[in-house]
Amino acid sequence: MRMLTFAKRCTKEILRDPINLAFGLGFPLALLLLLSSLQKNIPAELFDIDTLTPGITVFGLSFVTLFSATLIAKDRESAFLQRLYATPLTGWDFILGYMLPLLPLAVSQTVICYLFAIPLGLTVSINIIYAIIGIIPMAVFNIALGLLCGSIFGVKQVGGICGALLTNLSAWLSGVWFDLKLVGGFFEKIANVLPFVHAAETEKALFGGNLELALTHLIPIILYSVFITATAVVCFLRQKKKQ
Amino acid sequence: MQGIKTVELVKSYKRLTAVNKLNLEIHPGELFSLLGVNGAGKTTTVKMLTCITKPTAGDAFVGGYSVTKQPEQVKRLIGVSPQEIAVAPNLSVKENLELMCGIHRFTKEKSKAKIKELTRRFALDSVLNRKAGKLSGGWQRRLSIAMALVSEPEILFLDEPTLGLDVIARHELWDMIRSLKGKTTVILTTHYMEEAESLSDRIGVMKDGNLLAVGTAEELKKMTGTNDFEAAFVSVVKEGAL
Repeated sequence: MRMLTFAKRCTKEILRDPINLAFGLGFPLALLLLLSSLQKNIPAELFDIDTLTPGITVFGLSFVTLFSATLIAKDRESAFLQRLYATPLTGWDFILGYMLPLLPLAVSQTVICYLFAIPLGLTVSINIIYAIIGIIPMAVFNIALGLLCGSIFGVKQVGGICGALLTNLSAWLSGVWFDLKLVGGFFEKIANVLPFVHAAETEKALFGGNLELALTHLIPIILYSVFITATAVVCFLRQKKKQ
Repeated sequence: MQGIKTVELVKSYKRLTAVNKLNLEIHPGELFSLLGVNGAGKTTTVKMLTCITKPTAGDAFVGGYSVTKQPEQVKRLIGVSPQEIAVAPNLSVKENLELMCGIHRFTKEKSKAKIKELTRRFALDSVLNRKAGKLSGGWQRRLSIAMALVSEPEILFLDEPTLGLDVIARHELWDMIRSLKGKTTVILTTHYMEEAESLSDRIGVMKDGNLLAVGTAEELKKMTGTNDFEAAFVSVVKEGAL
């Protein structure tokens, strides 16, 4: 299938970029190590490894957005896509070819985070598997957001928007680093409207075995994922048409 | 095998007409150059003929198929090497060629044979396993053209193929382009006089989206009453349509 050929190429492009690996894996793992060490010296419930790890897996997904957006923006700027637009590849071949390889990458990132956290004291249970499965809707959201940003912005803008803005939004508004209730007010309201805190809470709930709570947080994530995916598809096809 | 025919082809943007009522016929097997200064409309013409950009008005027939109504059929006939270097940078030269084979649904055996043939033809042996993004501009251009030829296109579009190359790399690439003559219809855009004169069967001179003159290099010289091609080009561009 043409789409799989293109998807294979996208996988290679992402995996062979050392910056992707450094940020996508290195940064979340370094944070896990740093914050869990900090927690040992200055105990804080938020940085307990069982609470911290699910949150870090959600934060790590913001780098998946950066990978996907950068790849698409680079392809657009380098005229590589122009070459491929003149081949029998269809719009859907491109969309699926960009999105599909990132899903196993995002899940692998989550698996590695959980595995890395075990020697740091993470409680091992079947719930880790549920938490890994539960990350998929948020991974789809992040991948689609990358497709959207890559279709609209250039490489430099993507670096700023996805690399700086999104990672910060994901960090500040997910409740991973501090309890949102402590800030409260407008900040907490905004955080609750966006999907980041729901993703972190879903992961924590699944890891803690609270399926019912997880489901309530999953709903807004699924809605966001559907909306962003649809918007990303429209924007990608529109920029393709606009060439 | 049919060539290319454009009928009153127009591409306009908000305040700019990039290509204005282009009527052009390119014969099968011909090497046709579109020559013009920057902004003449050459690349926009190629983009319309390769179904990357939709015309605002008019139509073009590539290999007998309409670019507006039968883009899928057109895409099966053509190969494109865009103006900017369009290779996958983190893939090796071989993987770039394999990618194009996969997109055109070649079997494993056919892919292997095609890559072997193109490697020999473009002397890519020494760089076959190197990442495309690490190659010099000359090698990347070679690879770009080789990628365009994977599908064995009847019609090949080369948009400024030697832009930014040094003299040696440019002459090497010219030899490769010459080797395609007769077998493939080649449409080449350039703003190098020497390139157009040396390679082309016929040349079309464009300015501000308009096709000002068409003919062989000799015919253009005769039309303008000049002895050298550069003077002929300048005369055509300055005086407008002949």
